[in-house]
Amino acid sequence: MASLIPCPHCGPRPKEEFTVRGAVLPRPAADAPVEEWQAHVYLRENPRGDYAEHWHHSGGCRRWLVVKRNTATHAVHSVTDAAEGRP
Amino acid sequence: MSNAVSALAGRSYSGFSTVREAGLVGMVTLRGDLESPELAVAVLAATGCAVPAQRRRTVAGDWSVCWMSPDELLLVGPYASAPGLVDQLTAALAGQHALAVDVSDARASFRVSGPKAAEVLMKLCPVDFSALEADEVRRTRLAQIAAALWTSGPEEYSLVCFRSVASYAFGVLENAARPGSELFSG
Ligand SMILES: [Zn+2]
Repeated sequence: MASLIPCPHCGPRPKEEFTVRGAVLPRPAADAPVEEWQAHVYLRENPRGDYAEHWHHSGGCRRWLVVKRNTATHAVHSVTDAAEGRP
Repeated sequence: MSNAVSALAGRSYSGFSTVREAGLVGMVTLRGDLESPELAVAVLAATGCAVPAQRRRTVAGDWSVCWMSPDELLLVGPYASAPGLVDQLTAALAGQHALAVDVSDARASFRVSGPKAAEVLMKLCPVDFSALEADEVRRTRLAQIAAALWTSGPEEYSLVCFRSVASYAFGVLENAARPGSELFSG
């Protein structure tokens, strides 16, 4: 796994300071069918290659981040605040 | 009025460095828009300190202000002054989206001092201490707990963590400071 994560607030930090929540996925509508919610909560692609995940900087600024990385090469492509770009 | 006591009542240990629980320390968490002029004025009036830049710490007299996150500061000063400081900030920021809370009794504070103080912390924190700047605040992990630390004097670091894990923090610091366990010779 990628070991040095460039937090946009704290700078480059070791992965030990973070908690990984999992894939960044569009959230189904509140009244979406149960199968769709089941898939959203439990089913993952586990790709070999590029992947976007929510990471919490739990031992740092305590912000939720979007970490885009490659699961095969461990390269980190970008790290942004999860609230960025939201209204 | 109850008799306030700190988590470990000033416990200390002398190994190759000295570890000391710092006793009663005033700590106020301030959350809000750190870019706003109103917040800057309120912090300056209450502490004499400017709002620190990202990851920095400002100091004036008895108070210092630590940057903790993009919307959070930790104000550190005399224990007895913390409640009044909260009142002052709350009044100054009325109508703003901001919150000041006295967290003095929810935190524990430590000092690690001596020429090899950094070697104690190096064993416990994933931090490059040779790159830590004098006015830098570092939030990180101390073994298995969250902590924040900064340089508080020549050959001295200050560290804060949750009060509930104070004895764990003291235990790992004491163990890391045992004579003979220095990392570098000389
Ligand atoms: Zn961070």
